[in-house]
Amino acid sequence: MARHLQQEIEKLKGKLLALVANAKDAVEKAVKSVDERDACLAQAVVEGDEEIDRAEVDLEEDCLKILALYQPVATDLRLIVSVMKINNDIERIGDLAVNIAERTLFLCTEPPIEAPSDLADMRTKALAMLTGSLDSLVRQDTKRAREVRTGDDEVDDLNRQIFREFSAAVRKNPENVECLLSYLSVGRHLERIADYATNIAEDVIYLMEGEIVRHKPTLPEG
Amino acid sequence: MPAPRIQVQGFTACFDGKPAVKNLDLEIFPHERLAIIGPASSGKTTFLRSLNRLNDLDPGFTHSGEILRDGKNIYDADVDVAELRRKIGMVYAVPVPLPWSIYDNLVYGLRLAGVRDRATLNERVETALRYAVLWDEVKDRLHEPANVLSGGQQQRLCIARVLVLEPDVLILDEPCSGLDPISTGKIEDALVTLKERHSIVLVTNNTKQAARASDRTAFFLLGDLIEVGPTAQLFTKPTHKRTNDYLVGQFG
Repeated sequence: MARHLQQEIEKLKGKLLALVANAKDAVEKAVKSVDERDACLAQAVVEGDEEIDRAEVDLEEDCLKILALYQPVATDLRLIVSVMKINNDIERIGDLAVNIAERTLFLCTEPPIEAPSDLADMRTKALAMLTGSLDSLVRQDTKRAREVRTGDDEVDDLNRQIFREFSAAVRKNPENVECLLSYLSVGRHLERIADYATNIAEDVIYLMEGEIVRHKPTLPEG
Repeated sequence: MPAPRIQVQGFTACFDGKPAVKNLDLEIFPHERLAIIGPASSGKTTFLRSLNRLNDLDPGFTHSGEILRDGKNIYDADVDVAELRRKIGMVYAVPVPLPWSIYDNLVYGLRLAGVRDRATLNERVETALRYAVLWDEVKDRLHEPANVLSGGQQQRLCIARVLVLEPDVLILDEPCSGLDPISTGKIEDALVTLKERHSIVLVTNNTKQAARASDRTAFFLLGDLIEVGPTAQLFTKPTHKRTNDYLVGQFG
């Protein structure tokens, strides 16, 4: 029984990591499609989301099966609960990648304008947080997970900065409002991706240490 | 927490000089269900049998340390062992109804304890059967042979046979090991009601049962108490790695 459960858990981990890789790839492509005004790449992200959705449902069914058949406890229980939550977050991250790609598809139909200057910084930080949280999951590294948590405030600040930039740019060039709104949306989606990365990092800490750190101050380890 | 009903202090139990329980400190409180889990040879049953001095029947048994019941060491020379076993009543893995009627099974212990009054006997029998969740199933056939009852009913009869003596502590050694899930559920339900009046110590090899049917759980390993704590905490976030390894089935 214990051996069968461990086999099921290993299969679950493999599926989660495949889903994680897929969603991360979607976000990177979506962001690149904005930078390079690449409608083909954006279209590929939109079409790829169905696979992420299918994998999410499949993983959730596996988790429910394990809970019903094996009634895991202790670290096994924490693992299943964490996988269910992370699975949900990853699927949402995939949806946000689609939202970003849809902004690219719109921007490609309009003459190019200058993107808000803080967007590049935000994109770098949000992607770093996503990579960090996924690394912390793969390596079960709580130190790395704690580092990710501290990055969330910076991304929130950048999002507010982009909004200020947006207001000024609209006043200056009101005819660009639709394109500027698209960039504002991209910033907002990146900020949400950073939030989900933080959730995943917090789930990694729960998985490894059994402590729920959500809503607690993000003090560095030690 | 109220004052403990039983305090085990530095208790070691040996058979032929070999320790089966080592330097144990543990408290049993009123109105709680304490589950004892652990792999084979971890000392669970030895601990249970130490609580009502059943180990005394083994000529190789020696002990040190104390088990205090309401402040008095149960191993003191002046303790009435028969009375102790009435107050710390035991239920075994396999139900053994005596080859008499249901009613006579229940009143046997009371008669040995000197109770003769028919009204008192009847009242104690009904109360015990109600607490053991068996009354409704047998109230119309109390004078039928006990051995016609199903396995689950026989086990609840054995629980009632202990309850009729009004023990402080009910100790159960694998009480559901031979029972189907419905009978097991009835016994687990009975334990919820029983803790209103008694402390319950449940030894089980079924960790899922410990999770369902106890308030605190103690994990024993090779005669040592590794960890004791609230059941919900022990099954989600055990403190010791060895507890976790046992719960997830990596040994034992």
